[in-house]
Amino acid sequence: MSGYCGKILRINLDERKVIKEDLNMEWANAYIGGRGLATKYFYEEVDPKVDAFSKDNKLIVATGPLSGTPTPTGGRYMVITKSPLTDTIASSNSGGRWGAELKFCGYDMIILEGKADKPVYIDIKDDVVEIKDAAHLWGQTTSKTMELLAKDVGDKAKILNIGPAGEKLSRIASVMNDMDRAAGRSGVGAVMGSKNVKAITVKGSGKPEIHDKDELKQVVSRVNKMIKENGVTGEGLPTYGTAVLVNIINENGVFPTNNFQSSTFDKAEEISGETLAEKYLIKRTGCYGCPIACGRHCKVDDLEAGGPEYETIWGYGADCGLSNMGNIIKANYWCNEMGLDTISASTTIAAAMELYQKGLITDKDLDGVPLEFGNDDAIIEWTKRMGLREGLGDKLAEGSYRLGEHFGAPEVSMSVKKQELPAYDPRAIQGQGLAYATSNRGGCHVRAYLISPEILGLPEKLDKFSIEGKPLWVKTYQDLTASLDSLGLCLFTSFAMGAGDYADIYNAAVGTKHTDESILESGDRIWTLERMFNLKSGLSKKDDTLPHRLLKEAIPDGPAKDKVSLLDQMLPEYYELRGWDENGVPTEDKLKSLNI
Amino acid sequence: MELQIKLFATLREGRGKVLTKEFPSPATPKLVLENLNIDEKDVAILLVNGVDGNLDQELQEGDVLSIFPPVGGG
Repeated sequence: MSGYCGKILRINLDERKVIKEDLNMEWANAYIGGRGLATKYFYEEVDPKVDAFSKDNKLIVATGPLSGTPTPTGGRYMVITKSPLTDTIASSNSGGRWGAELKFCGYDMIILEGKADKPVYIDIKDDVVEIKDAAHLWGQTTSKTMELLAKDVGDKAKILNIGPAGEKLSRIASVMNDMDRAAGRSGVGAVMGSKNVKAITVKGSGKPEIHDKDELKQVVSRVNKMIKENGVTGEGLPTYGTAVLVNIINENGVFPTNNFQSSTFDKAEEISGETLAEKYLIKRTGCYGCPIACGRHCKVDDLEAGGPEYETIWGYGADCGLSNMGNIIKANYWCNEMGLDTISASTTIAAAMELYQKGLITDKDLDGVPLEFGNDDAIIEWTKRMGLREGLGDKLAEGSYRLGEHFGAPEVSMSVKKQELPAYDPRAIQGQGLAYATSNRGGCHVRAYLISPEILGLPEKLDKFSIEGKPLWVKTYQDLTASLDSLGLCLFTSFAMGAGDYADIYNAAVGTKHTDESILESGDRIWTLERMFNLKSGLSKKDDTLPHRLLKEAIPDGPAKDKVSLLDQMLPEYYELRGWDENGVPTEDKLKSLNI
Repeated sequence: MELQIKLFATLREGRGKVLTKEFPSPATPKLVLENLNIDEKDVAILLVNGVDGNLDQELQEGDVLSIFPPVGGG
């Protein structure tokens, strides 16, 4: 067997029992690995109507067949569970080195079942898998937890853990690894917390086998050249990180400001990638096997910390009306320390600011901490309080939709399926709007990054205001991304690589016979299975929508003035292309053709 | 005519961030790039007043050009 380890760890926390099982290779052939294969396991084993915090929910930490292999960016892992934020399937993806190290231990995935009776962590060293007491770790921030664990398991081990937010069941809690990498979205950290699992440490001595080493070497050499020569992956991302987008998105007039009340931010330059590089950047960092190295390490005052990424800078910056980059770096740090998703945490604060603006949150709710748009002092303290569920922070920890609902105004939540939207206004980027509305995990840009063709002009420039052809673009991006996540590679490689390149790497490493068409077909199968889970969970066509503001209230100013999302004109064609009926339900024929 | 030119990322090196310059009329983005010694192949995104532009379009007095090299993220 090549690429895959062929083994999974099933850990029953009720009985504190560890079982090593053979990987189901028939499913692996159909669903690739990572996101796809773990979703197949989850779909077969968990009732879609399960409460996310019930011990009957499971949490799968999965790698792809290329994780831990000598392929560019092959260090990723995913967390698959039912989301407490969206009630959909959750699949959160992270880089760093932890995913590769799990493969070095000899396992493709870990399935956590049940609930430990008290806090534990799981220590994996090759064949030895132990469930250990975590009383001394419970309540600690993520960096302190990693520091304490390194003393227990050795500083060579890679560590994945949750922070106080996950322990306190914040619906926007992340799973952190390798200090500042995050499986951020959909509240996966809270599910881990609900199982009383604080951390998973891994240290392995093996390596996945490679089907054809010479062929893989040749293919990797070819794609590495493509990555190096591509302007985005070879120069833009290494030099400026993801934050380089700030000025591009703002100049296009689609940079949501003050909780999407405007779409241009007059202080964008102060929070741009160029400013970050000039004033705060101290080093670039890369994940396992990555030739791009988009990671940032920044310094402000006495603090040196990983990040911040573009989405975080936007959320804490323009969306809260702020331009103090130093405070954004600090707020990002505290998000990571608490184990909160930076997109949902920052934009939930932005929603709270609008509730305050409307007079629905009042000074008596604030304990003296400011909550006005544009107040630089708001974001750090509210992030800490959110993580610890202190005061109003207890409501913020539920995410923006439930926060708005509590104060009688859920419409302030700029979310899809209750998950907060990222940093691109879909009113003037029509394909991205459709991608948001149909995302299987709620508001998300990395289920189909239409920004690439609609703004960046990659692989070709599309008119962002037009709806023509967008449903097919969205479907194709969704399918390719699903396969890419399942292989265990980073989405950023797709700026330089196409489906055929991924097929070539997969075939050389694993011995499969994939083509660009079959890579996309696997993505279609994964996407459709996720859809089936969501439908059985209780979601329906009515959830494939955008916030009222984005459908009905036009952008008030800037170059995209007067635009609204034309979602309703694109959705029927999208369903048809997917082989779903007019209610968004996959037809019997479609399911049969995908062998679901 | 007077044009405002906003440069980003690596295109700022040796040129500055925001330039206000006089150009003979009629002017095009192509002429602006030549004037600033920017190779066309180094330009990935060209906006005129925030809207997708093209190299040969005729510019108007007071137009704002935003010029980016290949960059991306997410």
